[in-house]
Amino acid sequence: MDLIMNSYVIELAWIVGKIMLVVGPLLIAVAYLTLAERRVIGFMQLRKGPNVVGPFGMFQPFADALKLMAKETILPAGANKVVFMFAPMLTFILALVAWAVIPFGEGLVIADINVGILYLFAISSLGVYGVIMAGWASNSKYAFLGALRSAAQMVSYEVSMGLVIINVLICVGSLNLTAIVEAQRGMWFALPLLPMFIVFFISTLAETNRAPFDLPEGESELVAGYFVEYSSMSFALFFLGEYANMILMSGMTTVLFLGGWLPPFDIWPLNLVPGPIWFILKVMLLLFVFLWVRATTPRYRYDQLMRLGWKIFLPFSLIWVVLTSGFLLWTDNLPAVMAG
Amino acid sequence: MIEALFFYLFAAVMLGAGLMVVVSRNPVFSVLFLILAFFNAAGLFVLIGAEFIAMLLVVVYVGAVAVLFLFVVMMLDINFAEMRAGFQKYLPIGLVVGGILVFELVAAMYGDAFSGATLPAATEISNTRALGNVLYTKYMYLFQVAGLILLVAMIGAISLTMRRRSGVRRQVIAEQNMRRREDSVEIVDVPVGASARTVATVPPSKRER
Repeated sequence: MDLIMNSYVIELAWIVGKIMLVVGPLLIAVAYLTLAERRVIGFMQLRKGPNVVGPFGMFQPFADALKLMAKETILPAGANKVVFMFAPMLTFILALVAWAVIPFGEGLVIADINVGILYLFAISSLGVYGVIMAGWASNSKYAFLGALRSAAQMVSYEVSMGLVIINVLICVGSLNLTAIVEAQRGMWFALPLLPMFIVFFISTLAETNRAPFDLPEGESELVAGYFVEYSSMSFALFFLGEYANMILMSGMTTVLFLGGWLPPFDIWPLNLVPGPIWFILKVMLLLFVFLWVRATTPRYRYDQLMRLGWKIFLPFSLIWVVLTSGFLLWTDNLPAVMAG
Repeated sequence: MIEALFFYLFAAVMLGAGLMVVVSRNPVFSVLFLILAFFNAAGLFVLIGAEFIAMLLVVVYVGAVAVLFLFVVMMLDINFAEMRAGFQKYLPIGLVVGGILVFELVAAMYGDAFSGATLPAATEISNTRALGNVLYTKYMYLFQVAGLILLVAMIGAISLTMRRRSGVRRQVIAEQNMRRREDSVEIVDVPVGASARTVATVPPSKRER
């Protein structure tokens, strides 16, 4: 009995250690993503951005975090207290738990489960609850309108995201994320499935409520949308959740289309670089595009957003599913079904 | 041991959440508890090694169906007192429906409905593959019919709710893209000192001031 308990304890400690190894760097990455956003957009608009706190403004995120922690948490009088406090926690938790299945390198993954991509899809489809609950519990018009917009938007773009994922799965023959990366050893899926890659990336912009689809928090109409009423740490949790989601979506795009931890070409100087470095570089590239898009595109109108999702992306990705499977069947290249 | 612990945890939370769905005073809480129940059901599926169905449950029911429930319940302005007024009247019907469901469940569990089927061991074949193998071969027609029923329901919902309203100005993207400069702008040589009447061919919005 003692031996069994001991082995459980050791295993639990090992798992917790692995989780810490992912969550710690992730939170630092989130902190520096907020800084990178302000600096990059600053340079794109011929400003300097925050550059005073520390060298190149390196300590700015920590100054902001301290400020938020020191502020008072305000509970609106008409709010539903339990749901109001639960919503930001849910958003943040969901942004973290999804990282369990992302492979950073060969075998470097917390849980290498068979249905990894479905797990990711399930978790990302839950993100809408944090938003709806926040909007409803705030008992405020602006927050509620923002939440309704966000719910409709996220549900709409999930559909085309699902179809794009099906395209990739047809080429791989497995739902396991490690298998998906291994299948791209010859060629990254971004090349043969280039239109799907673009559709997927734009859908992730909509899914994370980023510009040009940031209508749920469109400040010109809704002040800040669903988190108008939040302050202090509960606001910070929404904020952290949004940026962690951006990194997650970039990681997902990297795994599905940019070959995960694989080098661009399997040749001498490139394959010396360890896999996680390639993974991080690709994620950073995608995150830069996120910021670039925000600095350069105007916000969509709501009916245009819905039109793009339902009338363009959905039929387009559906046709590509038929095309991809037809092409693979015709050339007799359908993947042998792997364990998954 | 750990599996048993988690089984009882998931089962207990699921039953508790299911009860709260029925007894909650606020319908929004009912839906939130329903979501909690879905989650624990997914946990139970994972415990018996059916991870594909567990994920599908979360994606379809929690990620899509319950979102729409929540959406509708939040938008509705429900009078709770009025809702409870018919409780006594509808109780017998509810009990009858519930009783039939319980009877069917027990009959299925202890009858011979499932005894003929042999489940493959969970480690032998991944359950995504196992499902695909029977779904697209043995149950092909049933699968297609199910899809057809969903399609009919979808078209029905669209045709019931769509109405054409007059006097609404819609954006037609194709029309906007087809528009050429010649269609909307006209350049007119205006002689010096001409009166307003001679330049009337230019639309008022484009007229030079």
